[in-house]
Amino acid sequence: MKLKEVQQILDAEVLCGEDCLEREVTTCFACDLISEMLLYVKPQSLLITSLINAHVIHTAQVMDASGVIFVGGKKPDEGVIRNSAMNNVPLLTTPHPIFECCGLLFTNGIEGDKKNPLGRD
Amino acid sequence: MVDSLQYTPQITLEFPIGEKDFFMAGESASRVKKTLQQLGLKQDIIRRVAIIIYEAAMNVAIHASHGLLTVHIDPESISIQTDDKGVGIPDIELAMREGYSTAPYEAQEMGFGAGMGLPNMKQCSDELSLDTKVGKGTTLKAKVYFISKEHPG
Repeated sequence: MKLKEVQQILDAEVLCGEDCLEREVTTCFACDLISEMLLYVKPQSLLITSLINAHVIHTAQVMDASGVIFVGGKKPDEGVIRNSAMNNVPLLTTPHPIFECCGLLFTNGIEGDKKNPLGRD
Repeated sequence: MVDSLQYTPQITLEFPIGEKDFFMAGESASRVKKTLQQLGLKQDIIRRVAIIIYEAAMNVAIHASHGLLTVHIDPESISIQTDDKGVGIPDIELAMREGYSTAPYEAQEMGFGAGMGLPNMKQCSDELSLDTKVGKGTTLKAKVYFISKEHPG
């Protein structure tokens, strides 16, 4: 699924990265812990979180995420959005809370990655 | 993609990390990742090294007054080392337990300090050792081989 479709499903506002909406999203991971993001966010996966600090962007960038969705209508400050734009990490915010957000994406065909985080099955 | 770097000179990268310097943790992982990508290393190796660096540097930022992260790339492996001045680890076995954390609320509020740092690093590295003195500081050494027994492929 393309990031553009995710945006429509979640009624999301694009905070930065309009030019990245054609990116492919293969899987999603939702959490509020940086250590879990490091283990489970894979290339081309979408990070769903309610954390809005600069470290989330850094983590998404290091793990090659397709983008970040902030839930519950949360928005990071302007500096975080600018930094994310410079690093090509698209940011979207959805009014849906985390459970609804995950449910909507799941029922539209996006699943979590069930493989061992480090590829060791 | 390459399994070894026979024709590449050895590279050492250093990152000083100050107290509460959470930004540098992510930044050091980001910079090393770019270097490893330029060297053409496998994505799996880059991913594991980036996780170790992020977690190790974050531990220094959270728990120490200051420290140094050193990343050394040689033809067969990548060595990651942090040397810090800080509180040290009174009980290593407890610190290695998933979910155990002594991180302050300030760090936990930002999504850090979930008690997964050391277990994550252990999972991602081929070798991991800790040398710590309570009240003085900690040295952490991790190694990732390009061809690994623990993480084949």
